[in-house]
Formats: sequence, structure tokens, C-alpha cells
Amino acid sequence: MHMADALISPAVGGAMWAATAGLTLYSAKKLKENLDDSHTPLMGVLGAFIFAAQMINFTIPATGSSGHLGGGMILAILLGPYAAFITMASVLTVQALFFADGGLLALGCNIFNLGFLPCFIAYPIIYKKIVGQCPTRRRILVGAIAASILGLQLGAFGVVLETLFSGISELPFVTFLLLMQPIHLAIGIVEGLVTAAVVTFIWKARPEILNMAGAARPMGRLAMGKVLVGFLVTAVVTGGVLSWFASDRPDGLEWSMFHTSGKEKLEPAEKGLHALFARFQEKTAFLPDYGFMKAAPDKSGEHEASAAPEKKEPWPAVSAGTSVSGLVGGTMAMGMAGFIGFALKKRHRQR
Amino acid sequence: MAKIASSFLDISYLDSLSCQQSPVHRLDPRSKVIATAFFIVSVVSFGKYEITGLIPFFLYPIVLIALGDLPLVYLLKKILLAAPFAVFIGMFNPLIDRAILMNLGPVGISGGWISFASIMLRFILTVSAVLALIASTGFASICMSLEKMGAPNSFAVQLLFLYRYIFVLTDEASRMVRARALRAFEGKGRGFKVFTSMIGQLLLRALDRAQRIHLAMRCRGFDGEIRVSRQLAFGGRDSAFLLGWSTLFVLMRLVDIPQWMGDRVAELIR
Repeated sequence: MHMADALISPAVGGAMWAATAGLTLYSAKKLKENLDDSHTPLMGVLGAFIFAAQMINFTIPATGSSGHLGGGMILAILLGPYAAFITMASVLTVQALFFADGGLLALGCNIFNLGFLPCFIAYPIIYKKIVGQCPTRRRILVGAIAASILGLQLGAFGVVLETLFSGISELPFVTFLLLMQPIHLAIGIVEGLVTAAVVTFIWKARPEILNMAGAARPMGRLAMGKVLVGFLVTAVVTGGVLSWFASDRPDGLEWSMFHTSGKEKLEPAEKGLHALFARFQEKTAFLPDYGFMKAAPDKSGEHEASAAPEKKEPWPAVSAGTSVSGLVGGTMAMGMAGFIGFALKKRHRQR
Repeated sequence: MAKIASSFLDISYLDSLSCQQSPVHRLDPRSKVIATAFFIVSVVSFGKYEITGLIPFFLYPIVLIALGDLPLVYLLKKILLAAPFAVFIGMFNPLIDRAILMNLGPVGISGGWISFASIMLRFILTVSAVLALIASTGFASICMSLEKMGAPNSFAVQLLFLYRYIFVLTDEASRMVRARALRAFEGKGRGFKVFTSMIGQLLLRALDRAQRIHLAMRCRGFDGEIRVSRQLAFGGRDSAFLLGWSTLFVLMRLVDIPQWMGDRVAELIR
């Protein structure tokens, strides 16, 4: 469920980062307006509770697998959306840093999928509507299951869309969708059952806790429209700007470098770089002869190699010549990097 | 569960690594956080069939690991543990994208395998950089640097609180799990009912603990704002670290160094 850095593009990652950073700022501001300072330790301890609860699992009958508590929804029920969002964001940050679940750039995506969607969409729209002001056992059960399912379905859909827009994975939209949604339907049902059971337990043992969460609603009144509009605007603007950088120009990074640095002063250097590139291309253009020396009889392979990239997306045609020299150079570069590390380590030891 | 329990051992181990003294550890956390973020963006911004261009980027994690005196084998194991998701999604590339892009002798290599290799390289690079960052910096310093760089105070405080209580609550949870394991025979007692009351108990204890902490904080003058007192000093070495690496990342992003070296070798052979 956690997106990985390896699968996203800077445009998608950056857009989601900007949007979730905005949401975090907004939630923090809302929390500050609410004067109840007992929230500070409560959020911290409940975040740790989410980790601890994952150590306790149960066997799901007849499947041989085991389930455990997921997170977002129970936090939203206990803390309300804003505090739950910040708590979930902190949980995901710790997971990204220590467990390598997700990654730094993918953190925005993950906070959106697993924090924003359950706390700001599934909780207010489903759970609160169903459970209302006077909870009963049945209402808690139905509300928690429905909200967990919706939250996880939306989250899985988010993963699919983010992967699709990044364009690193080859998975077609529909296949990926068919892969993700049913799995997360099952996970959602289990998570919903667990959430409902825990909330019922708390409701029976210490009803005032749920009432407290329900009563802390001066800040719980969501300006949903504002949040959504703000989120969409940030995401679209950042994504648009970043993807324009990334794809419109032959090389987004180079282009942005060129334009952010002083224009005229760096002009010669820019020219020099282009000249350098041109020379590289000249050199690599000779190389196919070299690359095919070994594979000379394999004419059909050569044909395919030159024909295939054309019907694919407009990526630079990888010819065999450049590939072989790339392989040699890659091995050399890797060796050099390893050697530098080894030398540094040795020097460090000697001191 | 064994995996999660050992993950928490990992947290304390990574934390102990961050207490060492080394040139990398002494850097200001902000310079390391920004350099790592820049590193990840540069790595991820490559096209999906890129392999050679990614390889020079190994220099950054390798240098951090070597200079920071971090245990290489341990970090490699951690990277492997985190691999399943990227492998799972990436595995579909060779199945779907079968167009031959490259020939090595008689063996044709499809675009799918190339992009799969590229995903794996990105994965190793990004994960190793993040692990090297946390192992050479420590969580508290990262939180403080985040706050200094404009993250809301309540988020930074939340991270510090969370980190502080992870150890306490996971200890409690693991004791409960052990107690249940000692009393559960042939799978009895591992069902849903026992599970919910265990989680419920854990939650009640957590809530009580939060209340006690709150009262203790109030006794010591807590007024809703947490002031982080440790000072960070961003010196010349830090700017040099940040500038040097950023320049190198841009250079490595723009110029395919291994391709260039390979071409030189090819010329020599001819």
C-alpha cells in the first residue's frame, strides 16, 4: 500500500508533497485554534499506539493469514480529522525513515492515501453520518466497516493513479485497478471489523472517551469545501509546473538550471555543455558498428532493435552500441564509487 | 509479528548509530536533509529506461556510509527487507513491455527488463540514501531541522512525542503478545475476540498514559507550546557539503558519465 520512491516521478511526488504540506499547515493551524492542550501528548501516544497495535495480530479463520489494526480510521474516530491527520502523517514519516516503507519523495503520496483520504473523506462523509451523536453497537459496526472500506478503496485508487501518472511502471490502468481494488476490499473489511470492535470496546468500557472526541467538535466542524479546493489547487498547480519542467523541455532539469541561473553570464557555459553533448552524440553514433561486431549474424535482432523503439513512447532509442559501452562504463563507475568508499573508510580507520 | 518486533529493535539500533562521532555525523542536519532530498529528486527524474546514468549516484550513499562509519551489511539487509513492494509492481514491466531494446550477443533484452532494472536501481539508491541519512543524523535532529525549515511546530512536536512513546508502547504490546502466546495452545486464544480486548486494553492504557503525561507536563509549566531549545549552527562545512553534492548531482544528472567512460574504452579497444 505504501508508494515507493522508485515508482514515482518528481512531478507527481512534488505535487503531492506540496499539497500534503499545505494540509499539514492547515491542520496545525486548526489545532492551535482549539485551545485544549491535552491533545499534544494524546496525539503522540496514540501515534505510538498505532505502531504497538500492529504487533498484536489475530488469525483470520479458514484463511491461515492474520490481520491487525491499520490506523487512519480509528485515529479519526478518537481524535477528530485534524489531529488524526497530523498523527497519521507523523506515523508515516517514521515508517518512511526507519522502515524504508515508502520513501521521502513518496511521503506526500502516502500521507494523502493513508491520511487525508480516511481522515478528511471517509470519516466525515461515512462514519459521522452513520454513527451521528448517539452511537449504538450496530451503528458503530456499520459505520466503521463502510468508512474503512471506502477509505482503503480510495487509497488504493490513489496508488493506481499516482503510479499511472508517474509512468515508471508498465502496468495498464485497468489491470492495476483490478489487482489493487479487490485486495483492498478484503483488507478494508478486516480493518473495519477491527476498528468497530475496538471502538465498541472503548465505548462500553469508557464511554466518556468517545464523547470527548465527539464533543471536541468546535474544531471538528470541517470546512470540507475549503480543504478540498485548497488541496486541488496546490496539487494541480505544482504538478502542472513540475511536469512542464519535466516533459515539455528536452531536459527539464537542465532547462530550469539554465533559467534560474543568471542568463547571460552562463551562456557560454551552456553552449559549452551543448557542444559537449553534440560531441558525445557524434561519438556514440560510430559505436553501433562496434556493438554489433559480436552479434553480426543476428540480423533480425538488429532489425527489431532499431524498429522497436519507434512504436514505443518517444524515449531515446537505445542502440546496442551505446548499450555495450554503457555497460562497460557503468561497471567502471560502480567500481570507482565502491573504491572511493573503500578508500574513505580505510583512511577513516587509520586515523 | 517477528518482523515488526525486529523492526523496533532496528529503530533503537539505527538510533545508536546516530550517536557516533564522524565527519558526517557532525554536519548540520539541515544540510543532510536537503542534500538527500535533492539526491532523491535527481535520481527519480531520470527516464524509465535509464540505467547507466543512475550508477554514478551510488557515490552519495557509499560516501555517507564510509565516512559515517555505518555498517554496510546491516543496511543492505534492511534494503532487501523493504524491497517487496517495488519488486512486485516492477515485475510487471518485463511481462508487459516485451519490445527488444538491446542486444548483448545473441541475447535480446526487452525494454521491460531494462525498466525493471532501472526501478531496482532507483529503489536501492533512494532507500540507501534515506537509511544513511537517519543512521548518521538521528531522529530528534531531523525533527528539529524540519521545524527550523518551516514545518509547523505541532508536527515536529508530534514526531518527537511519537518517537518517544513508540518504545514504551511496543514494549507493552510485546509483553501482552508474549503473555497470550504462553497461554494459547493449538491456535486457541488467537482469535478475534481475544484480539479486540487486547487492543482495547492497550488503547485504554495508552489513553491513561497520555493523561498522566499531560498532567505531568502541566505541573512543569506546559502552556500548549513546546519550545525546542537545542541550537543548530549552519556553518561553512555544511554549506560546502550541500553545495558540493548538489553541483555533483546536477552534473551527474546532465552528463551520462559511465556512457562517456565506456565510449572512451571502446575507442581505445578499436
